[in-house]
Amino acid sequence: MKFLAVIFALGLLSAPVGAVEPSEILKDPLLEKRARSISKGLRCVVCQNQSIDDSDAPLARDLRVLVRDRIVAGDSDQAVIDYVVSRYGDFVLLRPPVKAVTLVLWFGPIVIALIGVFGIILFFRRQKKYAAQLEKETKA
Amino acid sequence: MIVETGHFALILALFVAALQGTLPMIGAHRRDQALMAIAAPAALIQLALVIVAFAALTYAFVTSDFSVLNVVQNSHTDKPMLYKISGVWGNHEGSMLLWALILSLYGGAIAAFGKNLRPSLKVRVLGVQSLIATGILAFILLTSNPFTRVVPAPINGNSLNPLLQDPGLAFHPPLLYLGYVGLSITFSFAVAALIEGRVDAAWARWVRPWTLAAWGFLTAGISLGSWWAYYELGWGGWWFWDPVENASFMPWLAATALLHSAIVSEKRDSLKSWTIFLAIIAFGLSLLGTFLVRSGVITSVHAFASDPTRGVFILLLLVVTIGGAFALFAWRGPSLKGSGLFQPISREGGLLLNNFLLTVAAASVLLGTLYPLFIDVLELGKVSVGAPYFESVFIPMMIPMLMVMAIAPFLKWKRGDFLGATARLKIALIITIVGGLLTWSIIDRASAFAAFGMALAIWLFIAVLTELAERIKLFRVPLIESGRRLLRQPRASWGMTFAHAGLAIMVAGMTASSAWRVESIQVMKFGDSVTVGGYTYTLKDVREVPGPNYIATRGTFIVTQSGASGEDDALTLYPEKRTYKTRKMTTTEAAIHPTFLGDLYAVVGDKDEKSGGYVTRIYFNPLVSWMWTGALIMVLGAGISLSDRRHRVGAPAKSKIVPGSVPAE
Amino acid sequence: MNRFAYYTPLVLLGVLAVYFAAGLGRDSQTLQSVLINQKVPEFSLQPIEGATKGLSSADLKNQVVLVNIFGSWCDSCRIEHPFLMELKEKNIVPVYGIDWREVNRQAGPRWLKKFGSPYTLIGDDPKSRGAIAFGVTGAPETFFVDKQGVIRYKHMGPITEQNWNDTLKPILDELRKQ
Repeated sequence: MKFLAVIFALGLLSAPVGAVEPSEILKDPLLEKRARSISKGLRCVVCQNQSIDDSDAPLARDLRVLVRDRIVAGDSDQAVIDYVVSRYGDFVLLRPPVKAVTLVLWFGPIVIALIGVFGIILFFRRQKKYAAQLEKETKA
Repeated sequence: MIVETGHFALILALFVAALQGTLPMIGAHRRDQALMAIAAPAALIQLALVIVAFAALTYAFVTSDFSVLNVVQNSHTDKPMLYKISGVWGNHEGSMLLWALILSLYGGAIAAFGKNLRPSLKVRVLGVQSLIATGILAFILLTSNPFTRVVPAPINGNSLNPLLQDPGLAFHPPLLYLGYVGLSITFSFAVAALIEGRVDAAWARWVRPWTLAAWGFLTAGISLGSWWAYYELGWGGWWFWDPVENASFMPWLAATALLHSAIVSEKRDSLKSWTIFLAIIAFGLSLLGTFLVRSGVITSVHAFASDPTRGVFILLLLVVTIGGAFALFAWRGPSLKGSGLFQPISREGGLLLNNFLLTVAAASVLLGTLYPLFIDVLELGKVSVGAPYFESVFIPMMIPMLMVMAIAPFLKWKRGDFLGATARLKIALIITIVGGLLTWSIIDRASAFAAFGMALAIWLFIAVLTELAERIKLFRVPLIESGRRLLRQPRASWGMTFAHAGLAIMVAGMTASSAWRVESIQVMKFGDSVTVGGYTYTLKDVREVPGPNYIATRGTFIVTQSGASGEDDALTLYPEKRTYKTRKMTTTEAAIHPTFLGDLYAVVGDKDEKSGGYVTRIYFNPLVSWMWTGALIMVLGAGISLSDRRHRVGAPAKSKIVPGSVPAE
Repeated sequence: MNRFAYYTPLVLLGVLAVYFAAGLGRDSQTLQSVLINQKVPEFSLQPIEGATKGLSSADLKNQVVLVNIFGSWCDSCRIEHPFLMELKEKNIVPVYGIDWREVNRQAGPRWLKKFGSPYTLIGDDPKSRGAIAFGVTGAPETFFVDKQGVIRYKHMGPITEQNWNDTLKPILDELRKQ
């Protein structure tokens, strides 16, 4: 069940290797750092569940180069991300954006936790009542 | 002939399971001893039949019987024997047969070793277990039959995916299945208890060892999978929050909570509905995982080729099994009130908090894993939920857990003394703060978070040692006396010590390897050197080396510690890039040299035509071995706990009156 | 806990089951385009070897055209190729091609020479800049671009007689009327 069987998507995917090639690396380490960070947050759209930084699919590579070209051209991190998102949609963001459609996702855990806390408080209240009841009965 | 025998055995097993799931249950209801007596022998017969089926399939693989379709699709004469065998479960049909085998194995174990079980309970547990087996066997025979023949038989097969031809991955599924299929037993216990209407200390005592066993295997299986990913995938990652990884992690979280909740139910007759609920959820999450991987609803690297008909069947199985259990829960739940009362600040309170945090964590992982499906079905577009989401949600929940884990064992049952407990942890706190500050100032001033993570690990570890020291009254009585006390400690508490300590070590490893990994990617010609993480790597050469069913491009690195003299202390690393003949796939075999402080990790890539050199990726991954060691220690803890006679016999042990504990009944 | 609370797990399971059942029928792989009704992002591709003119976003105006992503490596493209030739021969609609990710500059022209070229204009796209402009995730994919240069429809997979008659031709006619 929990099994690594790689699916060949149109023959584009092969055994994954940490994917950035030396020829892609930018000369300026700060810009390169930005590029790596942005790449780690962009999903490889022809892979099953990897970022373009991790995937060695050809399209992932081209997207990595694109990201670097745009950084060198002067785009801010957000502008680079917007560029890719405007063409591929929110699907390409590994960190889901906080939008109306993802409110349940981002606030769900907190809500669940609060419900749990509420339940625990109720639990202890009822315990106290039960204990008080027992005391009354033993005294009676 | 053998294949047909296996096939026939499987069909027989289905009938036996169906019988076992119905007649004895009716017998238990009517107190008909004759019907009830069917249960245990039936379970053993079922197990024997499934073993025959599994053995038959294994035989087909081992002898490369290409008249069997499953063998054709997943094997090849060139494959090494180990992988011919692991190929049996390296595909959908075979792995489902393994699933069924382990299900029957646990059922058989209850039949054979559950002598002290209350008869009506035992029968019902076996009954529920075999009803599940009926479903799974039917699924196999109707949609995923591994025994289908192919005529005419081809000369050779398609071989196994090279990524799966690996010792680590060969053992990963069996361990994992022993884990979450094992949770079927705790599920059966829970449902049996609901049917009986009784959840008492005896029940909780029976449940614990089985949960421990399943939990131990699951921990081992998940860790093995992570370890495999680490050394196979070529860049040192070990967890990706992939839906199928999550599918195994959620049952683990639930099983951990279950383990601890069962303690409260057994010792203090409280949190009973919680324990039952967790037992149902844990197995429910296992079934959910099976569904997610094999139905195609979720995109994942792990998924088997998807088939909607199979998906429908598993979904039905899931709904009937878990739905039935939840229906029983809704009916019987309110009557499961416990008699044990406790203050919020108490050991029970600590365990309740633990339950709460683990459950919320599991629910959050479930939400994140299923969210893309929800959005897609509602036609609201397509959304990805990747590692960044899970990290920002999961990690904050684990922080309070690690903090409280240290304190809770110091709290008494029923009413704990928080200030007293924390007072005993003074030294631990001091060491923690010092350790955290040292980490921050010496290693990495940029990440306060990493230092905090290490501090948490230190906190938990020292607290575990402090707790042990207290129990043996270290430094308060003569050392010899402490030594005697150490030897007399019950194994179950050793289990806790090991498990919690192992977790602390793992947390340290996870924090360090995530925060302080060093990476260097470059093109190297023969003779070039590069320094990474305090070690100097020189590429000596790259050669072609043939293997049993592949050709490898092997690089040779000479590694010395920077500043060290000469080649005497040098290490040689041989990373490879393998090309497999039959499937034309390449895999990367990183060369890894683990040290106490971290792993040296080297990968050789493609040739760079322009310069004549090779792409090389070299990493230093700090404290990675701590992760695997920590996991091993946790599994060891489970094993030690299991070997405690009290667990095995299942009856109350001759109680030594230990001050401060609640007497057994 | 009141009685109601004990029913929650069952209810939640039911909701989940409905989602799963609905999800089984769907294809989790296809990515719908977010560029529908957006102007084509700017791109500019060099000509393939042997041609003089390439393809750029500036060429996409004044008439309804199809933009087809293909490659010599793509088997499904081979399958739809005869139909695209028919579109050209019968002058039904101009088809512009983006030759995506060829391993060398000769592979595409050779393939076109061997099987024939259904394309009025072709752009060479070794770095996926054209494909990325259209949000492409695989080949073949065909885009309907209207007279204003706005992407109006994305078709994934080969074009066949069937899906042309059923879905695509009506879209073409509709766009031409506007």
